Amino acid sequence: MTEDLMSLLPPAIAVLGALGLAMAGMLVWASKAFHVESDPLVDALMELMPGANCGACGYPGCADFAEHVVAGDITPDACTSCDAETFEMIGELLGMDISAAEPMYPITLCQGGTNCKDRYDYIGADTCRAAILLSGTKKACSYGCIGLGDCVRACMFDAIEIADNGLPKIKKYNCKGCGACVTACPQQVLTIAKEHGPVYVVCASHDKPKYVKEVCEFGCIGCGICKKNCPEGAIALVQKVAVIDQEKCTQCGTCIDVCPRNAIVKL
Amino acid sequence: MIETPGLMPTEDLFPIFVNAMFTKNFLLIMFLGLCSYVGLTTNSDTSKGMSMAVTFVMTMSAILTWPIYYYLLSDASILKTDLTFLRTICFILIIASFVQLVEFIIRKFSPPLYKSLGIYLPLIATNCAVLGVVLLNIQEGYTYGASIIYAFAAGLGYSWVMLATAAVREKLIMRNVDLFSGFIGAFFAATMVALIVVSYFSVVKL
Repeated sequence: MTEDLMSLLPPAIAVLGALGLAMAGMLVWASKAFHVESDPLVDALMELMPGANCGACGYPGCADFAEHVVAGDITPDACTSCDAETFEMIGELLGMDISAAEPMYPITLCQGGTNCKDRYDYIGADTCRAAILLSGTKKACSYGCIGLGDCVRACMFDAIEIADNGLPKIKKYNCKGCGACVTACPQQVLTIAKEHGPVYVVCASHDKPKYVKEVCEFGCIGCGICKKNCPEGAIALVQKVAVIDQEKCTQCGTCIDVCPRNAIVKL
Repeated sequence: MIETPGLMPTEDLFPIFVNAMFTKNFLLIMFLGLCSYVGLTTNSDTSKGMSMAVTFVMTMSAILTWPIYYYLLSDASILKTDLTFLRTICFILIIASFVQLVEFIIRKFSPPLYKSLGIYLPLIATNCAVLGVVLLNIQEGYTYGASIIYAFAAGLGYSWVMLATAAVREKLIMRNVDLFSGFIGAFFAATMVALIVVSYFSVVKL
């Protein structure tokens, strides 16, 4: 028996070895014949990229972004997903100084949620988009947040969730400010804002003042008190809702104090 | 002494085809290749890509492994030695290098497809369904032509189950049905579909 096995050894080794060599030869030939030129600098940069393919830089993915950075079309700080440490490493690699931009976070321009009345109980498909198709939205305010979480599903960093008050809540630690949620929101009640300072009218309702007062505790009724009191003249009324011009705003906070509806907040 | 089956198919091809696609479906009846089944059916796009890649690799590896088994490993071969105990390692070697070759070719000629398949391509090399096909070809003693038909039909069978399950799971994920959300739910759903297929085709005699 042992002799039988021993006699099988040479042909076994020969066959396996020959097969292995043949396959290796084929792969060596194939790797040369189908060789794809790639810039080593792009590969090295790609290693450092977050790899989330979020699209905040304006290119479809991190690989495209890396290619364009090396080609000089765009500066690396266009990436919102890299943290300061990554920027330092990228700067070292490319031989340039990169300072990370001030972090930006999405905010919800709506204080409705559970404060806003429902028109009916909605039991359809669990997305905001589907809910809109059914005669507007389930909320009494047709401009407000629906709260079915299209933004949550759009987020690649698990940085947004629907809180108990029925509104999106940003987990700042995870958020990279890529704006995927802003694009995904069918009601357009999300916007990207700087982390500290800016003042926003957190209401998007263009409904009549009486109706807004009826359905929502915090809705802007377009009374214009903030406009009259603003020392900079930075507030305008656009279709019954106050809008703050972020260029002119000095963040003094006068409007926050005078608003009778508590619809203006400072971040 | 292993009798070498002929090159041209002498079997009735229709039962072989239906067997591989439905009655002995690789995913639902034999439960081979479940890793990719559970992992990729959450999205119909990725399951479509994976189905095409698996069908292609199954057919190509059947084309390659049959001659190697009968003309190199069996005792009726040129070496006159019974080396059939080497078949598993040889087949794995061939499948793995073939998948690598496919990867090279796709990367060269279709970068977008390469990017979308990227992770799944190497996974095919370790997919037990592919090895299952080539081993079954030998075990059943199919002729060369029949073995290629069998492998292709097995790939089609894999594809339809992948696509059907992906369609169902995609809808269920959207509706937030807790029961079907995780891997446990995926296995539960697979068992249900398998039961349907088993009982349906036990009526049809081939």
